[in-house]
Amino acid sequence: MQDQFEFTPKLQRLTYILMGIGLLALIFGIVNLFGAEGEEAHHLANARLWSNLLINTFFFFAIALIGTFFLAIQYAAEAAWATTLKRIMEAISSFVPVGGVLLIIIFLAGTFHLHHLYHWMDPDLYDPASPHYDEIIAGKQGYLNQPFFWARTLLYLGVWTFFTMRFRKRSLEADALDPSDTSLHFKNVRDAAIFLVFFGYSSSTASWDWIMSIDTHWFSTLFGWYVFSGMWISGMVMIAMFVIYLQSIGKLPEINKSHLQDIGKWIFAISFLWTYLFFSQFMLIWYSNIPEETTYFIARISEYPYIYWGMMIINFVLPMLFLMDRDNKRNKKIVVVFGIIIFMGHWVDTYMLVTPGTMKEHGYIGFFEIGLALGFLGLFLNFVLRSLASRPLLVKNHPYLEESLHHEIH
Amino acid sequence: MHKESAIRTPLILDSKTYHQITEDVCAPVEGKANRLWYIAFAISAIAALWGLGCITYTIGRGIGVWGLNTTVGWAWDITNFVWWVGIGHAGTLISAVLLLFRQKWRMAINRSAEAMTIFAVIMAALFPGIHMGRIWMAYWVFPLPNTFGSLWVNFNSPLLWDVFAISTYFSVSLVFWYIGLIPDFATIRDRAQRAIPKKIYSTLAFGWSGNAKAWIRFEEVSLVLAGLATPLVFSVHSIVSMDFATSVIPGWHTTIFPPYFVAGAIFSGFAMVQTLLLMVRKVVSLEAYITPKHIEYMNIVIIITGSMVGVAYLTELFIAWYSGVEYEQYAFLNRATGPYWWAYWSMMTCNVITPQIFWFKKIRTSLMASFIISIFVNIGMWFERFVIIVTSLHRDFIPSNWSMFHPTFVDIGIFIGTIGIFFTLFLLYSRTFPVLALNELKSILKSSGNNYKSKQNH
Repeated sequence: MQDQFEFTPKLQRLTYILMGIGLLALIFGIVNLFGAEGEEAHHLANARLWSNLLINTFFFFAIALIGTFFLAIQYAAEAAWATTLKRIMEAISSFVPVGGVLLIIIFLAGTFHLHHLYHWMDPDLYDPASPHYDEIIAGKQGYLNQPFFWARTLLYLGVWTFFTMRFRKRSLEADALDPSDTSLHFKNVRDAAIFLVFFGYSSSTASWDWIMSIDTHWFSTLFGWYVFSGMWISGMVMIAMFVIYLQSIGKLPEINKSHLQDIGKWIFAISFLWTYLFFSQFMLIWYSNIPEETTYFIARISEYPYIYWGMMIINFVLPMLFLMDRDNKRNKKIVVVFGIIIFMGHWVDTYMLVTPGTMKEHGYIGFFEIGLALGFLGLFLNFVLRSLASRPLLVKNHPYLEESLHHEIH
Repeated sequence: MHKESAIRTPLILDSKTYHQITEDVCAPVEGKANRLWYIAFAISAIAALWGLGCITYTIGRGIGVWGLNTTVGWAWDITNFVWWVGIGHAGTLISAVLLLFRQKWRMAINRSAEAMTIFAVIMAALFPGIHMGRIWMAYWVFPLPNTFGSLWVNFNSPLLWDVFAISTYFSVSLVFWYIGLIPDFATIRDRAQRAIPKKIYSTLAFGWSGNAKAWIRFEEVSLVLAGLATPLVFSVHSIVSMDFATSVIPGWHTTIFPPYFVAGAIFSGFAMVQTLLLMVRKVVSLEAYITPKHIEYMNIVIIITGSMVGVAYLTELFIAWYSGVEYEQYAFLNRATGPYWWAYWSMMTCNVITPQIFWFKKIRTSLMASFIISIFVNIGMWFERFVIIVTSLHRDFIPSNWSMFHPTFVDIGIFIGTIGIFFTLFLLYSRTFPVLALNELKSILKSSGNNYKSKQNH
C-alpha cells in the first residue's frame, strides 16, 4: 500500500531506544541533583535539569504547532501545492496536546517552586519589606503574576489544541465526502483565518511568558517574532525530513521534485527571515548600547561565544550557501544533510534562549543535554509516526488536490 | 500539464480573447483622453506647480520657512519621506514577492503598482534633498574622494544607509519595471500607425522579437530580479526604521521597528495601489481585468499587514509599560493622552480599526467601501509617521524644552505638491504606458479566463 504508512515494530523500537537514552539522561540529571553538595551546586543541577526539560518541551511543542500553523496558512492563502503534504503536517501537529501537557507539568513545577527558572515566581520579590525586593520586577506584577500567567498559558494551549484537533478531525471527514462537496474546505478556510489571528498575538505573548520572562528584567519588542521565526524553520525542516523519509520507503510517490524544491525554498526563506530578525534585534540593541538591554547579549556572547556565534553561522550561512541553488533544493541528500544541521542549529538557538538566563555562565552541552534532546525526539517521533500511520497518507477530495498532483515548477 | 482547481475564481472576466486583451490594454495609449482625465490632470498639475513653488521658496530662503524648531527638528519633512517610501513598497512586493509565490492575480496589477513605486520613491527622495538646505551639495551624501572636500560620509549613520538602500531599491525597481514593459512596448510598437510614436516605442522596446528564446530569457531575468528585489523590500524600510530605532529617544528605540515598518509599508503601499487601481480600472475601462476578486485579494493583504501593524502597536505599548523604564512609559502615555492625542487616535482608528471591517466579505468585495477604506489607510499611515516622529520629539528630557510643531504654508504646500507631482506622473503614465502586463496576462487566459474556465468545468 503506497498511501498507507505502517509504524513497523522496527521503527517503534527505534523511537523507544531514543526515549530510553532520554530516560537515562533524565535519571542522570536527577541523580546529579540529589548528589549535588552545597546550595550553589544544588541550585545549578536543578536549573540544568529543568532548563533542559523546558528547552526540549518547548522546541518539540513549537515544531508541532508549526504543523498547525503551516496548514492554516495553506488554507488562508488558497495555496494548492502543499496539499500532498497535508497529512504530514497533520501528523506533526498531533504532538500539540502532548507537548502542551508537558509544558503544563513544567510550569506547575515552577508554581510549586520545584525549580527556579522563572525568577519572577518568587513572591519575595514583590514584598518591599523583603531583602529580595526587586523594584523593576515588582513593576511588572500586573502581568507577571501566577493567576494571569496560568490563565494565559491555558488559553494558548487550549485554543491551539482546539484548532489542531479540529483540522485533524475535518481532514478525515473530508475524505468521506462527495468530491464536489467543498463545504468543509471553506469551513477550514474560515477557521484557518481565525486561528492565524489568534496565533499572531499568542505566539508573541507566549514567548514572552514562557521564555522572555526568564530574563525577567530584560525586554525586547521583537522577541516574540524572533522566537516564532525560529519555530517556523525547525517545523519546516521537520516537514522536509518526513517527506524525504516517506519517499525513501516508497511512500507518497505523488510528491515530486517541485514539491521538494518548494519546501527547500521555505527553509531558505525562513532562514533569512530568522537572520533578519536576529540582526534587527541584535543590531539595534548593540547600536543604542543601553545597559538594560545589552545585558541579554553580553550574557550570551561573552559567556558562550562559540556556541552563540556557531549557532548564528549554522543557521544563516549554511542555508544561504547550500539552499539557494535550485538543484540543491531538489537533491534529497543535500536537503537531509543541511536540514539536520540547521535543525540542530535551531535547537541550540532554543538552548541559548533559556540557559544563560537560568544557569548564567555555567551551562554547557554534554551527555545530559544531548541525551535528553534525543529522548524528546523519540517521544515526538513516536507520537507523530503513530498518528501518521492512523490515516491514509494522501487526502481525498480536497479541491486543490489535482493542482498539487500536477505541481510543476522550473 | 497545468491544472486549476474549479473553486478558484476567474481572473479575467467576460469572454476575452487574446486579441481583445491587446485591444483593451492598448486603447488608452492609442485613443484620445476623455474629459475626466483632463480634469484630473489639471488639478494634479496645479497642485504640482504649487508644490514646486514652495520647494523653490524653501531652497531660496532656507528651511527656516518650515515650522521646525529646536525641539522638533524633524517633522513633516521626514514624515512625508517615510510615508512616500512606504507607499513605494507595494510595487516591488507585488512584482517580486508575488511572483515568487506564483500569484497569478499579480499580473493585472503589477505594472501600475510598480509605476506607483517608482513615482513614490522619487517623491520620497525629494525630502532629504530639500531638507539639506543646500541642495546643490546633495551629491555629498555619496562617499566621494577627498578631492571634493574634506567631508567624508558617516558610515555609522543610518541616514547614509538610507542613501544606499533607497538608491539600490530604486534602481532595481526601475529595471524590474522596465524589463516587464519591453514585450508590451513591442506590442504597441507593432500596432502604432503614426511614424513618431512608432519610432519612440520601437526605441523603448529594445528590438524585442517575441520569439521563444526571448521569452525564456525574459522569464529567467524576471525570476532573478524577483530574487534580488525581495530582500530589498525588507531592507529599505528596515533601514528607514533604523533612522529612528538606533537612537536612544523613547518611542523611537524599540527592536520591533524594522519588521513593523516593513509591514506598515506594505500596508500603506497596498492602500495606495487600491486607491489608484480603483480609479484606473474605471477611467480606462479595465473592469474585466482588475476584477472584484483582485480588489478582494488586495484587501486581504491590507488586513493582514494592518493586523501585523496592530500587533506591533500593542507590543510597543505593552513593552513600554513592561520595561519599567519611566521615559519609555511616558512617551507612550504622552502619545495617547498628550497634546497630540488626536494624531495618535487618528492613527489607531485608520490603521487598526477601519481595516478590520474587511473581515466581512461584503465589505471587502465592495468597490466603494474598498476605496473609502484605502483612503483611510493612506491617512492613517501618514499619521503613524507623524506620531512616531513629532510626539516622540516634542517633549524631550528637559521640560523647559518642550514645544509643539506648527506647520507653515510651505510645509503644507510641499506635501500637497508631492501628491500633485505623483498624480501628474501617474496620469501621464496611464496614457503612454500599457497599464497592464498584457503579454503576461495572456499566459493565464486559458487557465484563469472566465470563458475557458467555465468550459473546463462543464
